[in-house]
Amino acid sequence: MLIAKPTDIKPSEITSRSAYLNRRRFLSTAIGAGAIGAGALGAGLATLSGESAMAAPLNFTKTPPLQSDALTPLKDVTTYNNYYEFGTDKSDPAENAGTLKPKPWTVKVDGEVGKPADYALEDFLKPYALEERVYRHRCVEGWSMVIPWVGFPLASLINQVEPTSKAKFIEFTTLADKVQMPGLRLPYLDWPYREGLRLDEAMNPLAILAVGLYGEDLPNQNGAPLRLVVPWKYGFKGAKSIVRIRFTETQPQTAWNVANAHEYGFYSNVNPEVDHPRWSQSRERRIGEFSRRPTLMFNGYGDQVASLYTGMDLRKNY
Amino acid sequence: MSSEMAPVQQTGSLRQWLQSARPRLIWLAVFLICLGPLASLIWRFETDQLAADPVEDIIRTTGDWAIRFLVAGLLITPLRRLFGWHGLARFRRMIGLYAFFYVALHLTTYLVVDQGLDGQAILHDILKRPYITVGMATVTLLIPLAATSTDAMTRWLGGQRWRALHRLVYLAALLGVVHYYLLVKLNITWPVIYGAILLAGLAWRVREAATKPKPKRRPVRPTAPAG
Repeated sequence: MLIAKPTDIKPSEITSRSAYLNRRRFLSTAIGAGAIGAGALGAGLATLSGESAMAAPLNFTKTPPLQSDALTPLKDVTTYNNYYEFGTDKSDPAENAGTLKPKPWTVKVDGEVGKPADYALEDFLKPYALEERVYRHRCVEGWSMVIPWVGFPLASLINQVEPTSKAKFIEFTTLADKVQMPGLRLPYLDWPYREGLRLDEAMNPLAILAVGLYGEDLPNQNGAPLRLVVPWKYGFKGAKSIVRIRFTETQPQTAWNVANAHEYGFYSNVNPEVDHPRWSQSRERRIGEFSRRPTLMFNGYGDQVASLYTGMDLRKNY
Repeated sequence: MSSEMAPVQQTGSLRQWLQSARPRLIWLAVFLICLGPLASLIWRFETDQLAADPVEDIIRTTGDWAIRFLVAGLLITPLRRLFGWHGLARFRRMIGLYAFFYVALHLTTYLVVDQGLDGQAILHDILKRPYITVGMATVTLLIPLAATSTDAMTRWLGGQRWRALHRLVYLAALLGVVHYYLLVKLNITWPVIYGAILLAGLAWRVREAATKPKPKRRPVRPTAPAG
């Protein structure tokens, strides 16, 4: 549980973790003999060990966290999930996502873009250096976590694929395969799951595409092999298991907005002053703590993102 | 109990004793089974098996069981009448009180742990959140029912008035289901199932009341001339 001064928290957590990760990185460098992409390395290990590559260590640099929050334990990050393609209970994804096959994986990039293509995930990831980003994750339901993601800035991808001058938005589409995802049998959402960002939001340096957490490949239940992380927005904006990234001129539809436009807007920025129609957003329970703590505007990332929304009525654009 | 245990020297008497004690043993077994959900919660708490948000887990689990006991309690009379399972009758009060017990745990966890007894936040929740408002209304309706559950209270009220008062339990249960329905994000399966069972039970009751001749109930003599 968290106590008093946040500066007390970091050392023990981070030190031991980084020592561990350094060892990991050393090992993976030794095995991979230098600059090998995460996917390729995963595949290599999988071949070597004959197992799934789920726990393959990743090569990455550490970006200093913006806040000094204690990390949420790995067990909680990987067993308390909303991923309706695998069931609507928080424990369902961890139980059911074993059927997801994150390898091989193809990502389609299309729409208003100079270089549309279907990429094998390894090729898709090749141009980018991975880094660790410790971000707060605030669920629209009123709970939060602190997660050390591994990924790369979404802006790098956007620059790489050269959007046309018409591109104003990006749409992310999650896999929708009934064989791999038992939850698709029930029409809770208008599958496939889709999410979207305005292009300038997507270009913000905080927005990342993640391929791992806690130094290893993303577990299936967290959105393997590729997911969006936008820490100043509610968690559902972070599309999981992405198969398509489309650049559009008009604002794309998003799954939750289609399901209930009154409750889930396109922006869905974390905002303690704009309540969900049915519950308050002013406080949240950090997983691991008992009482609720105040929710911060833009989840505490106002300095980095508030300028994206100057002049906008955030009550209307919820 | 010991006086009944005394003649246990002969197997015949033991059988006899078991025979006579059977209803009480069954009652006790049902009583203990109904404590199962609480025992399981305590066990999961002690062994660190609650969900990552344990407070949410406790609130949800106690809420689930409160609804289940409410629905179960309301099914007893229809099941008795439809299938002749009259033995169920003596569990009705126990089931109803267990519903209240789990409601009380549910409410206490919300007030004390989730809200930290922050009066202002709680009041704000009650006024502004329909599902909290409805939940509070449910508890409020159940309190007089639990309070009048004893034999003495039944006698004091008189059977007719007691029955009239306890019809409120249908409203309470329906509000409980509405409370559940209002807080679910998308998967409304269970609130709809509970709601359907309750409405079926209620419809059966209404039909019974309409079609069956009134049991010989003395009409209350008006003390003042009618009209």
